[in-house]
Amino acid sequence: MSTLNMDAVGALPNPSLPPRRTRKSFVQLLFGDLVSACLTVAVGALLLSMVPVLNWAVFDAIWTTNDPAACSQGGACWAFIVAKFRFIIFGTYPPDEQWRPLLVMGIILAMILGSLSPRLWGARLIYLWVFAVVVMLVLMAGGVFGLEPVSTSKWGGLPITLLLALLSLGLGFPFAIFLALGRRSNLPIARMLSVLTIELVRGLPLVGLLFVASILLPLLLPAGWSIDKLGRTLAALTIFAAAYLAEVIRGGLQGVPSGQVEAAKALGIPGWKAVAHIVLPQALQKVIPPLTNTAIVMVKNTSLVLIVGVFDMLSASRVAATDPMWPAPFVESYVFVALIYFVICFGISHYARWLESRVQARSYR
Amino acid sequence: MIMKTWMMAALAASAMMSATAVHAGPTLDKVKARGSVVCGASQGTVGFGAPDDKGYWKGLDVETCRAVAVAIFGDKDKAEFVPLSGQQRIPALQTGEIDILPRTLTWTLQRDANGINFTTPTYYEFTGFMVAKSSGVTKVEDMTGASVCVQTGSTTEVVVNDVSTRLKLELNPVVFDNVAATRQAFFSGRCDALITDASALASVRATQSTNADDYVIFPANKYMDALTPAVRHGDDQWLDIVNWSIQALLNAELYGITQANIDEMMSSDDPRVKRFLGVEPGNGKALGLDDKFAYNIVKQLGNYGEMFDRNVGANSPLKIERGPNRLFSDGGLMFPLTFQ
Repeated sequence: MSTLNMDAVGALPNPSLPPRRTRKSFVQLLFGDLVSACLTVAVGALLLSMVPVLNWAVFDAIWTTNDPAACSQGGACWAFIVAKFRFIIFGTYPPDEQWRPLLVMGIILAMILGSLSPRLWGARLIYLWVFAVVVMLVLMAGGVFGLEPVSTSKWGGLPITLLLALLSLGLGFPFAIFLALGRRSNLPIARMLSVLTIELVRGLPLVGLLFVASILLPLLLPAGWSIDKLGRTLAALTIFAAAYLAEVIRGGLQGVPSGQVEAAKALGIPGWKAVAHIVLPQALQKVIPPLTNTAIVMVKNTSLVLIVGVFDMLSASRVAATDPMWPAPFVESYVFVALIYFVICFGISHYARWLESRVQARSYR
Repeated sequence: MIMKTWMMAALAASAMMSATAVHAGPTLDKVKARGSVVCGASQGTVGFGAPDDKGYWKGLDVETCRAVAVAIFGDKDKAEFVPLSGQQRIPALQTGEIDILPRTLTWTLQRDANGINFTTPTYYEFTGFMVAKSSGVTKVEDMTGASVCVQTGSTTEVVVNDVSTRLKLELNPVVFDNVAATRQAFFSGRCDALITDASALASVRATQSTNADDYVIFPANKYMDALTPAVRHGDDQWLDIVNWSIQALLNAELYGITQANIDEMMSSDDPRVKRFLGVEPGNGKALGLDDKFAYNIVKQLGNYGEMFDRNVGANSPLKIERGPNRLFSDGGLMFPLTFQ
C-alpha cells in the first residue's frame, strides 16, 4: 500500500492528469511475498472447506415443496422458510388483519427513508415521528376507527422487533441526554442521581432487567394495577438503551471545548440555549460511530425478549421450527432470521458511515 | 401515591402500555366484562400449546382453556393466550395478568402452598427412555451397561443416576449441553438410549427419526407428574368453574358422548346423561354458568379422549399412547367425578 502511494506521488508531474497507478499482476498480488502466499493458501483452504456448506445451502437444498417429508434429504430446507414465512414475519397476529403490521412496517421504512438526510432534521420531523408512532400503535392495537382490537399478546414477528428497537432508542434518547447532562452538571443531586441510574443499569445484564420488568414489577405494583407485558418489556429496553446512550453522549460532551460555553456565556446566551444550540449539536456529531454501535446493539438486543415470552421474530422462528410436520429445520430458520438482522444492522452502519462523511465534509468547509 | 404518579408518567411515556384495573371481586365478573378468558401459554410446545402457521393456538393445554371459554361464553374462540416463560408463568397468574395457567405445570406441594390452586390434572407425565427396537430392550431392567444420551442440568440427569444406582445397571450417561445435540447424538448412534419426558420423546420420535416404528419408549421409573391447570388463590367460584369444565370433558368420554353423537345423546334416557347435557337443569346454574355448558364444551371440542387424540395422540404427529391418561374404567388414572 505504501509503495503504491509513493509511486502515485512520484508520477504526478501534472496535477490535472489523473494519478497513474502501477498495477501488480494478479499472481504477484496473491503470491508476491511469503505472507501473501501463506494467506492465499489459507484462504483457499477455507473456501474449499466451505464447499459442503455451499452444497447444503444451495445445490442440495430444497427450495419448493408441498411435502414436508421431502425435506429430510440432507440439503437445506428452504421450502420450510417459504411455508412458514408468514408466521416468522407476523407471528401470532391474526392473518385477516395482517395488512396492519404490513402497513406499520411500510410506515417505519418510509419514515426512516424520509429522515435520512440531515437537511430535513428539525422540530417538524420530531412531531412527524411522534405522530407516526401513534398511528402505528393505533394500527397494531385497533379498537378505534372500526379496526378490530388486537391485544398485545397477539403481536409478533418482525413488526415487534422493529417497534421495540425503534421505540426503545427513540424514548431512550431524550432520557440519555438528560442523564449525560446530569452527570456533568454542577448540581450535586442531579449528578448523583444520573451516576446512580447509569451505573446501576449498566451494571445489570439486560436479561436481568427484562426479568425484573416482567416478573418483579407486576408483583411490586399496587394491587389493582397491571401494565401490559409488552409495555413492561419496552420500559426495560428503554432504560437500558438510555443508560448506554447517556455514556456515549457524555463522551461527546467531553469533547466539546469549554471555550464554546464560555464564549456563549460571554455573549449573554442563556445556559440551556447554549447547551441545546451550541454544545449538544457539536457533541452528537462527534459520537456518530458509537451511537451507531449502540443502535445496532439495541436492534439485536430486542431478540432477548424471547426469554420473557414476547413473540418477536426470533421466538416466532423457533416456534415455527418445532412443527412436527417438518424435520426440525432449526438451522434454516436461524439462518433466515440472522439474514434479516444482518440486513437491518448493515443498513444502519452503512447509513452512519455516509452521515459521518457528510458531517466531516461540512466541518472542513 | 408516588408509585401511582410514576405509573401515570410511565403511561404517558408509552401508548403501548395499557393499564387495566384488576377487580378484587370474582374472576368470573372480570372475565365476562373483558369478553374473553386469558390463559398462560407456553412459548411453543407442540401438542400442548403452540400457535399454528396462522397464529391460531392449538394443543391439549390450549384446548383446556378453550373449554372454560366455551363454558362461560359458549365460544371456544373467546380465549386469549399469553406466551410465558417457565419463570414468568406463576407470577403472571398471581398478579392477575392471566386467569388460568394451563401450561404443562406439574402439581407440587411448594407451588400449591405458595399462592396458586391446582384444578384437575389433564395429563400424567413420566420420564422415559427411548431405545431402538432392534436392540430388543423393552424395560429398564434390560438396560445393563447401556449408554444414555442425557441433557446436562435437567432433572432427567438425576433420574439416570437414581435408576442406575437402584437397579445396579451401570448406565453410562453421555452428557450434552443442549436438546438438539442430545437428540442428534442418539439418532446418530452415539448412545443406546435417550432419556427425557415421555411426551417429548414421542415428539422427537415422530419428527426426527427416519422411521418412527424403529424405536420404543418405556418409563424410566415408577414416578409420575400430574400436569395440572392452576388458578389464583382466593376465588373459589372460579376454581369450581375450571374444575368442572375439565370434568365435563372427562365425563363426556365416560358416558360415550362425542362431538359427533352429542345431538343424538340429547334424547338419551340415562338420567346422568340428561343432567350432564343440561336436559335436566341445575348443574350449570350451581356454578353460575349456562345449564348447557357441558353440552357446549363437548359440541365444540369433543370429549377428553377426542381432545387427546387430536393434539397428542393417535391423530396427531406426536402419536403418544394414552397410557396413564386413559379413563379409570380403561385402566388409566383419569377419574371423572360425579357430575350432578
